[in-house]
Amino acid sequence: MGTARKRFGSTLVSATALAVSLVLVAGCGSGDEDKARTKDGKTVISLGLFGVMGYKETDLLDRYMKENPDVTIETDVAGDEQTYYTALQTHLAAGSGLKDIQGIEIGRAKELVDTQADKFADLSKTPGLDHFLPWKQSQVTTGDGKVLGLGTDIGPMAVCYRKDLFEQAGLPTDRAEVAKLWEGDWSKYVDVGRTFKQGSKDSKVAYMDSSTGLFNAMIYGDEKQFYDEDGKLIYQDNPVVKDAWKLAADAATSGLTAKLRQFQPGWDPGLSNGTFATTVCPAWMLAHISEKAGPANKGKWDVAKAPKGANWGGSFLGVMEDSPVKEQAEKLVAWLTAPEQQAYIFEKLGNFPSSKTALDIPAVANGTSPYFSDAPIGQIFGDAAKEIPAKQVLGRKDGTIKDTFSLGLQLIEAQGKSPDDAWKTTDERIQKLTR
Amino acid sequence: MATSIDPRQSRRNILHRLDLGAVPYTFIAPFFLIFGAFGLYPLLYTFWISLHRVELSSLDTMEWRGLANFTELFEDDRFWNALSNTFTIGVISTVPQLLMALGLAHLLNYRLRGSVFFRVAVLTPYATSVAAAALVFTMLFERDFGMINWVLGFFGVDNLDWESQKWPAQFAISTIVIWRWTGYNALLYLAAMQAIPKDLYEAAAIDGASRWQQFRTVTVPGISATIVFTIVLSTIGATQLFGEPLIFGQGPNGISGGADNQYQTLGLLLYEEGWKNYQMGRASAIAWAMFLILILIFVLQRVLARVLSRTPRPVKAPRRARPSRTS
Repeated sequence: MGTARKRFGSTLVSATALAVSLVLVAGCGSGDEDKARTKDGKTVISLGLFGVMGYKETDLLDRYMKENPDVTIETDVAGDEQTYYTALQTHLAAGSGLKDIQGIEIGRAKELVDTQADKFADLSKTPGLDHFLPWKQSQVTTGDGKVLGLGTDIGPMAVCYRKDLFEQAGLPTDRAEVAKLWEGDWSKYVDVGRTFKQGSKDSKVAYMDSSTGLFNAMIYGDEKQFYDEDGKLIYQDNPVVKDAWKLAADAATSGLTAKLRQFQPGWDPGLSNGTFATTVCPAWMLAHISEKAGPANKGKWDVAKAPKGANWGGSFLGVMEDSPVKEQAEKLVAWLTAPEQQAYIFEKLGNFPSSKTALDIPAVANGTSPYFSDAPIGQIFGDAAKEIPAKQVLGRKDGTIKDTFSLGLQLIEAQGKSPDDAWKTTDERIQKLTR
Repeated sequence: MATSIDPRQSRRNILHRLDLGAVPYTFIAPFFLIFGAFGLYPLLYTFWISLHRVELSSLDTMEWRGLANFTELFEDDRFWNALSNTFTIGVISTVPQLLMALGLAHLLNYRLRGSVFFRVAVLTPYATSVAAAALVFTMLFERDFGMINWVLGFFGVDNLDWESQKWPAQFAISTIVIWRWTGYNALLYLAAMQAIPKDLYEAAAIDGASRWQQFRTVTVPGISATIVFTIVLSTIGATQLFGEPLIFGQGPNGISGGADNQYQTLGLLLYEEGWKNYQMGRASAIAWAMFLILILIFVLQRVLARVLSRTPRPVKAPRRARPSRTS
């Protein structure tokens, strides 16, 4: 009897061990919850965002939740877009970990349109869609008319400058006069830098933050940058890219830059401590500058019209096709990108509306920025927006190629390589990454 | 009677044999099942992917390339650059780290007040996350406003651009590694040191050996197995170095290991190919190259250990037996 019980006992133990191990292995595979997530009986909508898109920074989401008491919104904001997009790609490939709503940066739009269109919900049926700028909407529309996202903002450009630093260098400080100095040509902007360097009493203050900003400003003033309409790489021969590279390299080798990397450590304290006098600023950068430069510098910064209009950046909000709360998410996206809300974010942060209708709202058209010496940013960026090419050709690896070019400019700026060597390295890198 | 018992008896025999034979295997089954699912399968699948051209955005479409990913990799100077960076950062972080750990363990091995406190304190850097440590160090090494350049400024040193120069960048990264792992290794050494019989030290002391001589002739030989173990462990860690340089560089620079790839390690190159260029096939080839390198190091280490164990060692016993009153 005793031995029989013992035997039964050990068989039980071994069976349990086997079962437990199977469960351990299997447990990680399952656990997918297809049901809509709810909390306290409310529908939960999750947003994946990056940078300062204005939804977490303003009370817009709270207002939406108040108007729709059955909805709870959760946001997950990544500071760095590269990090954000890498995670998004991984989640798209794995088919899990996606939020209901995902932000899309313009540099990634084409790649998502080309390769991931089926994972996004079609927003072309959204009522009132025609209030967007036509070129903006076309950037996330597939060949067969599927709309992957709705525009949040665009990036018309200006030049942000420090009045006090201009004054000590003997340059005019009035924004109209400053804009006159470089009117019409970016090379004049660099020439002003040489005057600044000569006149400056503080050798530690650079004229501009980085050559990358100048490069971006120049290439995005044209309808084509790295690719043509057929998706062929043209950066090697595109005069726009070549000219931009030349001028940016010129600025970098003339010691006009602070050799900083935008949005990286050193740039933020540079904004607050005034280690550079100008930075090319798309509208969405104003929020960043005013936050990082801090209240102590209020009124020292100003905004002047850029030599040439261009569009740098701007984003979209897309809804995931598999989202359990697809309809509610679509409704939320449409509301967040509606003209009134875009105008509201512009008022609060300076992100410039991608909605045609919003441009005529007085708060936008007559908008001023108290932080930037009450500059009429509505008018400055509004005028710049009109100069943006009506058509913009995007390419699959736009974002990555742009990053590679900024690395290439750093080779000149911080590593001391010759512009020719740096171009060669950059060219090789792009060939490798697009291979 | 007998006919009715026989089948039962044989069934019992089977159960009995199963009991003896299968139960131990069942007990260790969880490890092998999990290893199969999360270790072996990914390993083989990675190899399968490395023979193809696969993009991250479309994992289901594969294009057969054979060994082309590998041959291209060996012709790519980025690979050799990353390999040499991995090696140099590995050396300048592992060697000082293990030496410091040894010294630290020796100090902790003394009888001192509050030894538990110090032992725990030594381990705290290891408990912090890579990200937090790397971020703090990145701020310390920052060019314009970093604390290290600020201190150097008192000695008349101009602001060093740590990130964009090769050796300063690699040095900065290795300090993060050293800071995090020294305490961990010190505790391993300490554990081994405490296993050395006290009478060896007493005998050495009677022989008139100084602390330093005791350390050299008693402590180090006594923990040699642990030293080899930590070297292997640190080598594996150094080969896989990833988080520290990634965060140290910040943004696109981190992934490329600096504008000139001056501190791009193999781990970063893998990440760049896979998650920036979205070429999973090429990334998998790098992963397998790293795996093969680790195996190579392991084999070399075994061979080295065998060769070393064959060479006759100085015999310690006579030294202890030597009459102490020689003078």
